[in-house]
Amino acid sequence: MWIYEKKLEFPIKITTPDARLAKIMIEQYGGPDGELAASLRYLSQKFTMVTPEAKATLNDIATEEFAHVEMMGTIVAQLTRGLTKQQIIDSGLDAYYVNHGLGVYPSSAAGVPFSALALQSKGDPITDLYEDMAAEQKARSTYEYLIDLTDDPEVLAPLRFLREREIVHFQRFGEALDIARDYLKQEKVFDMGNTSNITWR
Amino acid sequence: MNREELLNSLTQLDFMAVDLGLYLNTHPEDTEAIDAYNQVIVAADTVRTKYEDAFGPLCSFRSYATDTQNWQWKNNPWPWQSQFNYSLAGKECK
Repeated sequence: MWIYEKKLEFPIKITTPDARLAKIMIEQYGGPDGELAASLRYLSQKFTMVTPEAKATLNDIATEEFAHVEMMGTIVAQLTRGLTKQQIIDSGLDAYYVNHGLGVYPSSAAGVPFSALALQSKGDPITDLYEDMAAEQKARSTYEYLIDLTDDPEVLAPLRFLREREIVHFQRFGEALDIARDYLKQEKVFDMGNTSNITWR
Repeated sequence: MNREELLNSLTQLDFMAVDLGLYLNTHPEDTEAIDAYNQVIVAADTVRTKYEDAFGPLCSFRSYATDTQNWQWKNNPWPWQSQFNYSLAGKECK
């Protein structure tokens, strides 16, 4: 289960609303390489992971990602608070506004609603850990593109923090992959969860 | 320490615990890191207690209700509100 702690993992205090930034920041909330996809991916994959080290890694990174979902939602919420009608129209946030108002809805910056199609849970520890490493790199790239398009230092600070976390998570998943691979080689090469009873393997 | 200083201190310590914990998951026999982790946990607990005594509970169903007349947990500001936070703009590691 989870305990909520009434604080952010990294503080966010944005004083100037900015509709254009809000419109692109939603990408890392509900986009294909965003934090919601990351958390659901690792949470789902942990149930069939092998080795204590890799299970702990998936469980705990999934948990941290939920804190990152909250951070991205916070960025969007604070960037939209106090926007004028004209700012919403001029920035092109109006298309979002007519559907969601200023509610925080999981979608990509291009307006595609969040989809579980952005993630996998394959029941194969090696496949899943490779996916996880790729996911961290995709998220890092996305944060770099967001940073490219951001001038507000109050938005840049949490974006830089989140980008750094992608790098650390990539490292930890790489270590978990090594551990899982060693384990599978040593003991039972083809025992990969629910596929172990398939005789042709 | 005022609220912002306590929150800043706790945020830093909790982050160290998160990061050390992830490291230890794949380096479970690094005794130096386990010692560091335990020191951070003790330090964070001290700061968390100070914060909660002064400003109310931080953890859902784990923190004491310091005010027995009014349920403080629900109180504003919540962490997603800017008034809850302080800014680290320009203070990032280079």
